[in-house]
Amino acid sequence: MLSDDLRDLYQQVILDHSRNPRNHGELSPPCLHAHGDNPSCGDEIDVWVRVSDNGHIDDLKFTGQGCAISQASASMMTQKIKGKSKDEAAAVREDFRRVVMGDGSPADEDSLGELILLEGVQKFPQRVKCAMLAWRALEQALESK
Amino acid sequence: MDWHRIRADFPILDQKVNGHPLVYLDNAASSQKPRTVIQTLSHYYERDNANVHRALHELSNRATEAFEAARKKAAHFIGAASEDEIIFTRGTTEGINLVANTWGTQNLRTGDVILITGMEHHSNIVPWQLLAQRTGATLKYIPVLDDGTLDSAAIETLLTEQVKLFAFVHVSNSLGTINPAKELIAKAKALGVVTMLDGAQSAGHMPIDVRDLGCDFFAFSGHKMCGPTGIGVLYGRMALLETMPPWHGGGEMILSVSMESSTYKAPPHRFEAGTPDISGVIALGAAIDYLQAIGLENIQRHDHNLANYAMQRMGEVPGIRILGPQSGHRGALVAFHLDFAHPHDLVEFANSHGVAMRGGHHCTQPLMKRFKVPGTTRASFYFYNTIEEINRLVEVLLLARMFFT
Ligand SMILES: Cc1ncc(COP(=O)(O)O)c(C=O)c1O
Repeated sequence: MLSDDLRDLYQQVILDHSRNPRNHGELSPPCLHAHGDNPSCGDEIDVWVRVSDNGHIDDLKFTGQGCAISQASASMMTQKIKGKSKDEAAAVREDFRRVVMGDGSPADEDSLGELILLEGVQKFPQRVKCAMLAWRALEQALESK
Repeated sequence: MDWHRIRADFPILDQKVNGHPLVYLDNAASSQKPRTVIQTLSHYYERDNANVHRALHELSNRATEAFEAARKKAAHFIGAASEDEIIFTRGTTEGINLVANTWGTQNLRTGDVILITGMEHHSNIVPWQLLAQRTGATLKYIPVLDDGTLDSAAIETLLTEQVKLFAFVHVSNSLGTINPAKELIAKAKALGVVTMLDGAQSAGHMPIDVRDLGCDFFAFSGHKMCGPTGIGVLYGRMALLETMPPWHGGGEMILSVSMESSTYKAPPHRFEAGTPDISGVIALGAAIDYLQAIGLENIQRHDHNLANYAMQRMGEVPGIRILGPQSGHRGALVAFHLDFAHPHDLVEFANSHGVAMRGGHHCTQPLMKRFKVPGTTRASFYFYNTIEEINRLVEVLLLARMFFT
């Protein structure tokens, strides 16, 4: 018997994103780039972002290796963030962080869309850093210049 | 041997995890403790607790006696010539750092070579990197072949008179490889090279005789062989220990202290500054008694049977790649990669079925790079594990395959 928590953690959509990551690959310059890793588990990610002059994220891609959670989170992130402004991206990131941390505040489903499916991470505190890996890299990339 | 009765000595194994009977297969990280070790700890604190070597009262006498008796047990356990060659440490890591910071700092110069291997635990890499940086010595690695053994042709070219120290792992925690320690040490000795064995995964799994092996230093951890955490042993050959400067300064390690300078005790006390982990030492002694009552040969044989059976059964899982020697001649662990699940997802899945394993780089990042895997999942056994538990492991791996594909 599988626990419900585990089924929630590894929903089909999540496994599908991890097996067939969207926006996978590199962007060629000019673009921003950051590398992120979780030294304790060896997960790695590279995020490339192209930001237009008016601060819009026109394109972003990632490569990396790691667990299903880190890869699915990265894949969903790229879909969600593409076309948003930097401020909007930061807001989504904050909503997402609250959801995976499980801080009790109601999740904003409209803002998060499919990302809400990673809510199951709440029950697995050790996996929060997996879910956040790509987002930390994105933040770093946006801050780099 | 009645292994099922022996298993009953470990209270922790009798529990459910996530609704399933616990199957503990993370023994290479830390073993479980038999009742006698746990009772020795509580008995010590309930009856005998006092500082050692310092006072003349009854409790201190008892504590000191039990403490030094454990030193004798440890010496006997690894075949040391004298209990004075046994230094109590926090574990393997501290033992290696002690050698690097005392013998190493004293003896290494620019141009000297420290030789290790490509399958070392970080604790047998980083102290030597630090030493090399301090002294100008060079750190070299013996490559690992695809089958998880050391490249013996490379050993011939790398093991030269320039090498001052050759340190290597006895049994690899990531591959299960059992290195031919005696043979390698003999080669090194013929060139006058000082040798150190990382015995973290061999002590408690097989009989150890440091004089037969011929090594100058041997480090191991109590917690991987039924003892408490925080206690371990560094064996050093007396001829070397005598020449080595202290590492930590403080109480217990001095003969006399003046405001200008101090004189130090002989080994092993020279290397044991401050109040030691008294209860840990005494309980380590109890663990050694326990292992010796079962018999290290018996444990070795049982380990071997489990590893052999695990190799056979796990080979049935589609998409599995087992690292290290493909034969059953290996330590009691199987590290593997599955093409359908990342180690962390697999470990999470197994945990939800009560099976405890470890996933990741196992503190051997250079080795993971060598085998081009981000990490592996490792099932590691000890004598209380059973054939039924290995069957359960295989069942869970097959379930994981259905779940993740
Ligand atoms: C081969 C090897 N060497 C060294 C160590 C370090 O042991 P400890 O953490 O007890 O000092 C370990 C344990 O993780 C090990 O498996």
